Amino acid sequence: MAAFHFDLVSPERLLFSGAVESVVVPSVEGEFMVLKDHAPVMAMLKPGVVHFEDDKGGKRNLFVRGGFADVANNVLTILAEQAIALEDLDTAALDLEIKNAEEDVADAKAEDTRQRAAERLEQLREVKTALKL
Amino acid sequence: MPSLKDLRTRISSVKATQKITKAMQMVAAAKLRRAQMAAEAARPYAERMDAVLANVAAGQAGGGPALLAGTGKDDVHLLVVCTAERGLCGAFNSSIVRLARERAVSLMALGKTVKIICVGKKGYDQLRRQFEKQIIELIELRSVRYIGFENAAEIARNVIARYDGGQFDVATLFFSRFRSVILQIPTALQIIPAQIPVADATVKPAEAKDQAVYEYEPEENEILASLLPRNIAVQVFRALLENAASEQGARMSSMDNATRNAGDMIKKQTIVYNRSRQAMITKELIEIISGAEAL
Repeated sequence: MAAFHFDLVSPERLLFSGAVESVVVPSVEGEFMVLKDHAPVMAMLKPGVVHFEDDKGGKRNLFVRGGFADVANNVLTILAEQAIALEDLDTAALDLEIKNAEEDVADAKAEDTRQRAAERLEQLREVKTALKL
Repeated sequence: MPSLKDLRTRISSVKATQKITKAMQMVAAAKLRRAQMAAEAARPYAERMDAVLANVAAGQAGGGPALLAGTGKDDVHLLVVCTAERGLCGAFNSSIVRLARERAVSLMALGKTVKIICVGKKGYDQLRRQFEKQIIELIELRSVRYIGFENAAEIARNVIARYDGGQFDVATLFFSRFRSVILQIPTALQIIPAQIPVADATVKPAEAKDQAVYEYEPEENEILASLLPRNIAVQVFRALLENAASEQGARMSSMDNATRNAGDMIKKQTIVYNRSRQAMITKELIEIISGAEAL
């Protein structure tokens, strides 16, 4: 398999930059895998887990809290709102996030904000079940 | 002619001041390193954000959401002036304030309405004298130890809410760009309507072809609608980090100056002190000798 360049950045820092074999991106419209020579795509991310395999076969998983992914010319850039290595993510933090989201749903007045909050809550619950926490 | 005791107290008080400025300089140096690291760590995100935004916006010539296209007017200007919370850092605060003040005055001379949001207390203190009526809000970050993205996002949300409420047409961010310890450049950056860096299409014609087949997931407009507010938050975040680094740099060099000045003063005062002490001894000797001779 051929490698391509992947950058994962959050506002605070650059988390990963280097050659990778494949990356699974959690987009709002479903997960997709990026390999070399992927068509240019610009996607919004939902809270979820980015799985990637670097060119030496090492696998890593990172939790991202939404953001954007941009694929062009064999460069994948993920602008994550927040990114945490899966090993560092603790159940308590995720539970807190879910609780906050539940409150958002309860507090939202306008229909569209309520819907957006509900969507977010749904996504967070999915993450939780996916990780079997 | 001050007495010996006066001189002694003066020297010891200058010494105490020197100790303080020296300590402040060292604290600033340590904080500067951290602030500089934070500013550098945030750079890749901002750069990539620019690139992505340029890519997306390239397909939106002239149109797009209000954050990109503007309101079509430029009557009301919002100036977001970011300064430090603390003084004793040379001309750092005043140079940002001066830039903002010049802009405000020239805009008002053109008959535009100016509104000001102050981030940081020092800027507020200085601007209040002249622009009491224009200042609509003061955001204090005094309680914040390390600026996180959340702080910037909050300011951005505040600004965007005002924009959506039709309170202004153009927003400009004032902060100090960090070049080096001795050089900080006060900068004005327009954030609304977003200034898109000239798309790479002109630079790399090969990429223009790719842009044409870009796929968007979800719709282009939807992405842009969430990308633009995010970009503003990123710009604010970057400004705050640059500011933090600049502040510590400015403080470090001004405290270094102060320490050196105190050293000079101590040297001068010590010479005066020694001289008058010796003069006194000589005087006493003369008195004794002449007294003995008189006998």
